[in-house]
Formats: sequence, C-alpha cells, structure tokens
Amino acid sequence: MAECHPVGFQWVMEAKRRGAAVIHVDPRFTRTSALADLHVPLRAGTDIAFLGGLVNHVLQNELDFRDYLLTYTNAPAIVDERFQDTEDLDGLFSGYDPQTGTYHPQSWGYEDAQAAAAAGHREMPKSGAGRTTPGDTHGAAGATLAAKPHMDRTLQHPRCVYQILKRHFARYTPEHVEQVCGIGQDTFRRVADAITSNSGRDRTTAFAYSVGWTQHTVGVQYIRTAAILQLLLGNIGRPGGGILALRGHASIQGSTDIPTLFNILPGYIPMPHAHPNQDLEAFVEADAGSTGFWGNMRSYVVSLLKAWYGPAATAENDFCFDYLPRLTGDHGSYRTVLDQIEGTVKGYFVIGENPAVGSANAKLQRLGLANLEWLVVRDFQMIETATFWKDGPEIDTGELETERIGTEVFFLPAAAHTEKDGTFTNTQRLLQWHHRAVEPRGDQRSDLWFYYHLGHRIRQKLAGSTDGRDRPVLDLTWNYPVEGAMDEPVADAVLREINGFGADGSPLSSYTELTDDGSTSCGCWIYCGCYADGVNQTARRKPGHEQSWVASEWAWAWPSNRRIIYNRASADADGRPWSERKAYVWWDPGERRWTGHDVPDFQASKPPDFEPEPDAKAEDALAGTDAFIMQSDGKAWLYVPTGLVDGPLPTHYEPHESPFTNVLYTQQANPTRQMYGHRANRYHPPPSDPGSAVFPYVFTTYRLTEHHTAGGMSRFLPYLSELQPEFFCEVSPQLAAERGLTHLGWATVVTARNAVEARVLVTERLRPLKLQGRTVHQVGVPYHWGPNGLSTGDAGNELLSVVLDPNVHIQEAKVATCDIRPGRRPRGRELLRLVERYQERAGIATEESP
Amino acid sequence: MNHQLSGPVDDVAAQAGYDDHPQRVGFFTDTSVCIGCKACEVACKEWNLVPEGGEPDLLGLSYDNTGDLGANTWRHVAFVEQAAPRREPVDLGMPAVGAPGGQETAEDDRDVRWLMMSDVCKHCTHAACLDVCPTGSLFRTEYGTVVVQEDICNGCGYCVPACPYGVLDVRPDDGRAWKCTLCYDRLGDGLEPACAKACPTDSIQFGTLDELRERAEQRVEQLRADGVTQARLYGESPDDGVGGDGCFFLLLDEPEVYGLPPDPVVTTKDLPSMWRDAGAAAAVAAGTVLAAFLGSRR
Amino acid sequence: MGRRTWIDHWPVVRQLTGSDPLGRGAASKSRHSDELTARTGTADRVVKSICPYCAVGCGQDVYVRDDAVTQIEGDPDSPISRGRLCPKGAASEQLVNSPSRETTVRYRRPYGTDWEDLDLDTALDMIADRVIDTRARTWQETDSEGRFLRRTMGISHLGGATLDNEENYLIKKLYTALGAIQVENQARI
Repeated sequence: MAECHPVGFQWVMEAKRRGAAVIHVDPRFTRTSALADLHVPLRAGTDIAFLGGLVNHVLQNELDFRDYLLTYTNAPAIVDERFQDTEDLDGLFSGYDPQTGTYHPQSWGYEDAQAAAAAGHREMPKSGAGRTTPGDTHGAAGATLAAKPHMDRTLQHPRCVYQILKRHFARYTPEHVEQVCGIGQDTFRRVADAITSNSGRDRTTAFAYSVGWTQHTVGVQYIRTAAILQLLLGNIGRPGGGILALRGHASIQGSTDIPTLFNILPGYIPMPHAHPNQDLEAFVEADAGSTGFWGNMRSYVVSLLKAWYGPAATAENDFCFDYLPRLTGDHGSYRTVLDQIEGTVKGYFVIGENPAVGSANAKLQRLGLANLEWLVVRDFQMIETATFWKDGPEIDTGELETERIGTEVFFLPAAAHTEKDGTFTNTQRLLQWHHRAVEPRGDQRSDLWFYYHLGHRIRQKLAGSTDGRDRPVLDLTWNYPVEGAMDEPVADAVLREINGFGADGSPLSSYTELTDDGSTSCGCWIYCGCYADGVNQTARRKPGHEQSWVASEWAWAWPSNRRIIYNRASADADGRPWSERKAYVWWDPGERRWTGHDVPDFQASKPPDFEPEPDAKAEDALAGTDAFIMQSDGKAWLYVPTGLVDGPLPTHYEPHESPFTNVLYTQQANPTRQMYGHRANRYHPPPSDPGSAVFPYVFTTYRLTEHHTAGGMSRFLPYLSELQPEFFCEVSPQLAAERGLTHLGWATVVTARNAVEARVLVTERLRPLKLQGRTVHQVGVPYHWGPNGLSTGDAGNELLSVVLDPNVHIQEAKVATCDIRPGRRPRGRELLRLVERYQERAGIATEESP
Repeated sequence: MNHQLSGPVDDVAAQAGYDDHPQRVGFFTDTSVCIGCKACEVACKEWNLVPEGGEPDLLGLSYDNTGDLGANTWRHVAFVEQAAPRREPVDLGMPAVGAPGGQETAEDDRDVRWLMMSDVCKHCTHAACLDVCPTGSLFRTEYGTVVVQEDICNGCGYCVPACPYGVLDVRPDDGRAWKCTLCYDRLGDGLEPACAKACPTDSIQFGTLDELRERAEQRVEQLRADGVTQARLYGESPDDGVGGDGCFFLLLDEPEVYGLPPDPVVTTKDLPSMWRDAGAAAAVAAGTVLAAFLGSRR
Repeated sequence: MGRRTWIDHWPVVRQLTGSDPLGRGAASKSRHSDELTARTGTADRVVKSICPYCAVGCGQDVYVRDDAVTQIEGDPDSPISRGRLCPKGAASEQLVNSPSRETTVRYRRPYGTDWEDLDLDTALDMIADRVIDTRARTWQETDSEGRFLRRTMGISHLGGATLDNEENYLIKKLYTALGAIQVENQARI
C-alpha cells in the first residue's frame, strides 16, 4: 500500500500513530513492510492456506463474534444433503465433471431452497474457452435463491454452514500453514492473536488488498476467504473494518460500475445471453431473484433502456430489449486476443491502455495486434501498442516483418485530465468531478469527444438505412450539447443522463425512484442521485476539516452517498451500536428512523424488529436485521450456495505453475481454471513432471511507487524516469550465489513464453523460503517497462502465460515459475532458440494444448 | 548584536540584519514514518523547475537512483537496507506503536530493516557556504534560511567544499551553485515548501524551528518509550558544530548509516581570528570598491 | 529609479549602512530575491481536479496562467488526501505539459514502414468507415441453433480505467448499439 497508494497509506500511519498494529503479508519486503509492525513473508500463491489457517484458528477456538454471526450471516443455514466437500472428495466439491473441467453446482444449494441456477433459466457452464460463468451471467447480483433456507441458530446441525465451515477448514492448521506458506508457527500465531483480539464489539480489523490477491487462478476465492474471516469476526459494515480493494487506476472502479466490460451493463446488470425467445420478462426473472434490492432489477433495466433508446423504447417493444447484443460465452480480453490471432477479430480500439507490454504474455498481445485489419490507439505518448509494427520485439527476432504487417494504425492524441470535465470513481466508490483547466492542443481530444463524434459520424453514414441491424444505432439517444471551438460534448449533460430523469424531466434523487413502466430513465442505477436536486453532487468540495470525519459532503459515493456499505451491520440486531466506540449508524426509536454518522444503507424507516410478509418482494422481503440488502436472503454468505464456478468454499490449490505439490489435497490446482492452449502460450509442466525442474524458481510481478502500470503515464516523464531508470529484477544473495548473479549485473529470466533481460538487484529483502524440507527462491519482477520512453527495458509480462481465474477471467500474474541465468539475453533469432531449448528440455516443445 | 560564527544563536535573522522578521522556520524530517516514495524529490523539482539529474542511471543503492543531494537534487531520499540482529517481537495482541518493522532473513537470528530518509540542505545556524561566498549570492533570509541567489552567483564554487554536509553543488551546464531554498518564494506567499506539502505521511514537517524542536522531542520520547531505543534527533541541537540545523532529523540509527556526518562542524569556525587580522584590509578594500563604483555612475 | 534608491539596493551600501555589517543577510538580498513571488499566487485561476494516476483519488489544485498549466499540487481541502501527493501525482504537471506528448494524428497505412500525417477529421471519417464496414462483414444475426445474437465479433476494445465515467458511458452505449461486445478494460488485466 505504501508502494502503490502512498497517499492512502497516510491513514495507515495515522492509525499506527494512534496505536493500531500494522501487519504486512507479502512475499516481498516492500516499502509497506518497512513501516509495518510485522512483515509476514509468505510463498506467492498460498494466501488461501494462510487465511484459511486464520479461519480455522477462529473456528477451533470459538473466537467468532457470535451475535454478529447469527444476525447477519448464513452460518445457521442448512445445506443440501447432496453436497460433498473437498474433505470428502480430496480437493474437489460434488458435481465436478472432469470431461469439461467444470462443476454442476446443483448440490451446493441450501436444503429445500432451490438455487436460481437450478430453476431452469440458467445456462449450465460449458466446457473450454467458450464457457459461461455465473459471473458472466449474473452481473453483481451474483446469484439468487428462490427461498430462504432452513436455519439452525444453535449452529449444531451437521449440515449447517457453520459446521461445514469448521470441517472444511480443520486441516488448515498452523503446521500446514507452515508447510504450504513457509510462515513460521510463531509468526502465524502472532497474526492470529492480533486480529482476533482486535475484533469484536469495541474493535475492528481491516484488510486491504490489491491485485496481489486477484491475479491468481483462485483469485475470487482469495477474497472469499478474507470475507469469511471478516464475517466471523464481525468486521464488515463497520467503521475500521472491511475488506478494502486498493485499485490501481484513477477510475477503474468507475469502469466497472459503468462497465467497459463484456459481461455487464451499467450498474452490474448482466449482458443478456443468447436464448431462444428470451424477452425482458424472462431475462429479469432468470436473474433478479424476487427478494432483496435486485428484486427491482426490471426497473433498473427499463430505465437504462429508456436512457439509451428514449422514445423508441416502449412497453410494446419490450423497451428495445432486443436491441441488446447477446453473449455466448467468454468474450474477455484474453479470449479476444486469441481471436485476433485467429483472424476473426478485425478491428481494435485501445484507449489509454498498453497491452503490448502491459498484459500477460505480451508476445501474444502483439501477435494479435499484428493480425488486425485496423487498430485505433488513443494515448498521450507514443506507447508500444502503437509502434509494435515498427520496433516491436518480434521485428528483431524475425517473427514479424514491418512490410508484411497489414494492420492499419490510427494514433490519436488524447486530452489529459486537466483538459476535460468529468468524474473519476475512486477506490472507495467516490465519484469526484474534475474541472477542465485548459484546452487540449492540436489534435488532442477527450475520449468523450472521440466517441461522441465517432457515433455521430456513424449515425450520419447509416442514416436512412432500412437494415434492421442499424435500428439500435439510429434510435440511440445521441444528442448531447457541445461547447467551445472543438465542439466538446458537455460532460455535465452526460452525467445528468447517467443520474436519470423522472417522468417530469427533473433529475432523480435515488434509485428507489426508478420504475419499470418506462416513465423514468437512468444510465446507471447505482449512480442515481449523483445529480440529486439538479446539483452536481460529485463536484462538492466542502473542505474536510469543516465537516465530520465521514466527510459526507465531499463528492458523492454510490449508492446514495453511503460511505460504508452494509452499514446496518454496524449496529446490533436491535439497532443499537455494538459499542459507543464503534457507533456508526443506529436505530432512533424516538424518531423511528435509522440515523448516524453516515447515510444508513438500509430502508430508513424499517424497524429492527420488522418481519416481512411471506410473499413479499424485493426489499420488502427483507427483515429488520437483513443488513446485506443486495442479497436475496439479506445475509452475508460464509458459504456460497450459488454463483461461483469453482466451489462454495475457498480451497487451497497450488498456482497453475508451482514447484510444489499440494500438501492439502491430491487435487493440485484449481480444477476449473481457464487455460488457453496456444503455441505462444505454453505452460510449464506440473511439479510431478521431471520437466518442471527446468523452471525451478518462483517469480512474482509487481509495481513500484515511481511508475504507473505499463508506463504510459510515467516512463515518458523525466522526473519519474530518473527515479527508476530501467527494468530490474530482485533476487536474494543466496539465489545470486546459486546462479552466479551479480549486483547491478545482467540476468536473463526465462519461461516457456519468452526470455527477458534485467539488471540485478541483490537484496536481503528477498528471502529464500524453507518449506517441506526444501528451499524455494523467489524472483521479483516489476513489470512497468517496454522499449519506448525515457526509462526502458524488457516487459516483465513477456514471462507470464495466460491462465485465468474461472469466475472473472483474470490472469495469474502474481505467481509462476521461471529460470534465471547471468548475462543478457540473446538477440534476434537466438532469443527464440533459447526459449525453444527450454521448451525442449521441459518436454513441452510440441504441446499445443493443455 | 553579536556576530558569531559558531555556537548557539538566539535570533539568526536579527544577526543577519533583519530588525523585524518572521520566526525562523525549518524542516523536521521524521524518518520513522518515511515510506521512501520520493514525492518530495518530484514535488521539489516541479516547483523549483529543477532540471532532471542528467542521464538516468540505475545505481544499485537499494531503490535510490539519484544518489546524493546536488545542484539538481535538492531533496534526496536515501534507502538503507540492513540485516541486523533480531529485535524483540512487538506485541501485536493489543495495539502497539512501534518502529518500522523487520523480517526474518535466511539466517534465523537476523532481521532485515529498510531505513529511508529524505535528506535536504540543513540551513545551518552557522552556514559556512554563506561565510565563504564572495559575491553575496548566498545569503540569510528573514526566515533564517540560507539561499543561493541565482542572479548573483558567479559560479566560483567556494561554497561547495565549505559545506560540512556536501549539500552544495554546481550545475555543470550553467556553472552556478544550486540547492534547496526552503521554497523561499513560497514562504513569501505564506505557503509551506513543496516537499513538505506533498509528503504523504508527514515525514517532512515544516514549521517554526521552536515548534518543530518541541514536536521532535515529543516524538523521540514516544518512540523510545515504545522500545525504539535507537531513535535519536540529528541536527536539532544549537550546541552542535553548526549551531544547530534549521532542518533536522529523527533517525533510527547512527547518522553515518544514512550518509550523514556524525559531528558536522562549520568549516569557517576559525574565521573570527582570521578576520581580526584581515579586518582592516577588508574595510579598506570595500571602501575602495564603493568609491570606484560611485565614480563610474556619473 | 533615482540614484539614491538604486544605490540603496547595492549590497555593500546596505552592508555598511544597515544592521547587517557582515553582509550575509538583509544587505545581500538581491533584487531578484526581493521580487520573488510564488507562481501559485500569480495564477489567473486555480482549477479543482483529481489526480489521474491511482484510485486513491487525491485532490489536485491546477494553477493556470495564460491558458497554460503552471503548477499542480495537492488540494488541502480533500478529506482523502489532505493536500498530499505521491511522486506520480506530484509529476502531474510534467504529465500534462510533457514535450513528448503527441499533438497530431499519426497514421500508419497497411504494410507501411513509417508514420504519416493525417487530418483529424479524415481520421475520424476513416475510422467510422472501418467500423461500419467491419460490422457489416462480421454481423451475426443468429447462431447455428437459431438463437438471436444481433452482434459483431469483429470489433474489439480495451480501455477505460483511466477514463472518465462519462466517457465510459458513451463507449458502452455506442458499442452496445453497434453490437460490439468484446469490450474490456484494465479491471480484468
């Protein structure tokens, strides 16, 4: 956090100053470790074993926050008797189909409560790369249940979630944590004591994470393990608690909320899949569930369609629901790159990204770029993605020749944040408006300008078309006001559309005002209220020192300006704060309203003792203690009965590439991980295969304070470039001795994908781990570089393969295996030969698919 | 007024001829909360329009690639990687306040520690650079800080060896000496210096020297009470060889570890006795220069 | 300026006549030093902004003079950042004023060996044509099972994490209307 979010880290230091203990869990000793009270160096890719050990510690010693657990989680829920755990099946859950590498999740549900996936409308996961995952199908609703489960509030029923959890995690002992993670038992116990003694009514523990948890083939389950732990300890929905995602880009949260993602529409509404004769009604019914706030999904969808298609969207034509294109599987970024190589994808817009060096298996990315008909790159600087045809690494190796690359490239210079109005959504869901300070120069334009005018131009060219496929384009509401000499679209007008309008044309104030009859429009239902009262709430800048510590009058947080979500859980079942010290929102019996420091994330007048009618719908079906209002049962899920493709509980699997076999189960790696067989994406053999010894070391990729992701915004700036002037790798003195590496000398890091050269930093901050009677060396590979700019070097992403988490299609970038050798890498064709020799030695030279 | 060249000075600005002046200001750099982010280096360069430091080079000094203070580096973050004997574990059971942590090394009884410190011109009470400057380019401001005046400096370089900390340096392409001005231009507008403003963790604190010294005393006492026995202040004492620094530090190890001289002494300490001998000659020379100058402006 | 005033500014005069006989302080102060002001104070306007790097969302004050950004520093009012910036945020002025920033459209024709100039309007028109043409050639109305698809699998997109919400909104809206579904961003990378 000190490395990549230094200004956010001021609050950690503030907490430390006030007495908080700071624990840093990371394979590397970073600038964060340097300031922490305790650094826990675990083997990369073993966090579930570590967190699972903590879960087990809490369960075995009954250190859970029992009142919280019983009130707000599904710990008492009874699970289907057909469910079999990894304890029963040696690392697999019931329902696994080895032919397709996927699960049939029907047995994972609650007893007598049909999970929505079994209700007939859902697609079953398909095999291979064409698979559909519940994440793709469901949006953020995740999954729904048709009925509330049976509960055993004594937590004694052998099939209640609590008991299943206890059995599932029983083998995550301190001894196993030591064997798997390389963390000493004393260190583990210190962490366990610290988090348990700092949780409860008076105290909370917070977890902050970043892509060190997400970029794994079991990334979603990493977060899930932390969620289980935090729910057991009562640390969700409370001040000083939570699981905080530290996101790396100014508006990466916003680009998920208003998604430039294939599987969702604004506000986490799923993109529809191809079904015979599915209308809006069936779409909503299949996905929404009838209880919880997703029970209003039809209102969100209809209001979105009204925002997009305006008068053309009517009740008679299902509000243009059929204008939405349909998915048939995984259309994620990596699948698309392979389709570029196969030639089915012709055109590519790259907007403020640099995949030629910034995405896993960078060569694969460039091979895709080289096989396009046309490519549009919009950026500040001449990044590698725009120049691959001229000076990309494959030109040097002879794999590509400039004169034979048919890709037509348009480079369009982009406007900077100071040159345009608009909002970024930060990592805590805060929309903050930035004002235009100056005009961009020359051809520099905002992306708002580009897309507005591109759309305008396309609509002009298609005007008069009678082809049905052009109706969605021509019926689109696309009349935004423009201003200035450049005809810049007015961002404020776009934000107003996102906020939405009522039947009378006035701005809406809350998503609860949305209707499903077409009388309201709203471009993103979770952002509804950002323009409440006709005021741009995101531009509010009341100084922090002039308001409460929650700072509710600075900018605007979705939903409804709530700064901590699910904050109903900051009070007990009766609506009283768990303690005075941790008071946040509470029920005011006199006023009969929820009140507090923040906007209550709950229906304001629903009393704590409210019990819903049996046939109630949407939020009316939630009880006064159902704090997790987006869930169909109002409960936080320790056990996930539906919605995940790799199991209802987190399970330690080894990374896809690991020098160790799984000591916890026979099942080595996530059985549902997504693999792509391709000659340019070869995988290393499993540790049981002698060929694996060719790649004996573990490497992990990461960022440095001084640079920004793939470098487009840092490697071209003198002041940042001089601070980290070139690509380097970090090794321990022991590994340096073992491989003959010298400090500041060159090393070549090799995988079956590619080889890169880097200057060597020999440092005791990288520590060999001793476990299972062996020593494992880890190589640190910061990944910011490429050949262009002022600070240059090979791209660490050359080394990675594309292998993905099956739920969210994120690549395993944080751990893989490699070899490292002294000296610079070969040039030209010799580089290819080097990699081929490694492939041959590992016995994977002819392998086409896994 | 006593025009000392060593020892404690109550009012350094008054000694420099400012009858009515603001309180002396400086930096307290608390390295126990420095995260080595280098925001200070960049913010300093951005504000002062300092050129980049020449051809970028990987120095291998841990994460430090600027190396030292210089004409183009007015703030410099030092990184010190240490492998030291194991510390007593901090009790994490209840909230604890502690020094930067460590990790186990491959050798089981040793911890790795990573110290970071943002170094800067000390703006000494007795600034040898100022004493030796023949042009009056280096001068004491009304804030008690020491500033090179770019319109006066003739690049003679006398100040460079005079500095006991090795702060001053001559910019090769323009020949003049450059260093931290404590953002003299910003002070005039009531702003804090750029580095202190940017510093994410408040490791760099700007303020009046009196207040900073008080704050530093409290901090070092607190750290020691929490078991950080190595915490100490550096440069805060008016009794040291430079009469105390306007910019002083809280360190977690010996000064040498950070590349700081353990006992800096103003290099012009012996000037008074030299001046007694040379004084008359100097006065005559100055008078002559003035007369010649007045004559030329007729 | 009269001679008396002018001479008053001469250091030696001030040194000999003032209270700084050693000439190390007030008497040595140059005209440049005397006239120094912070350029933040002389800016035409200060514009409120947000740092474009990571997702902490630090407040920035953008100082503008003669329609150029002259300084960017932390906004002390922000309850998130309290006026502080990291090295990247502190380098924002260099980011926006970078001399190596591209200012004109660059075009590389198929099989071309170098960049060519291209008018922005022409570029936009050509891109619009490429979209329309590709879309027509790769249109999928239904799949082999007769399921309704209404899409193109020929147009892909990557980007959005450093963009404004308003920009992403138009992007998603336009692509969805065009039937382009392979739209992705950094969130999955």
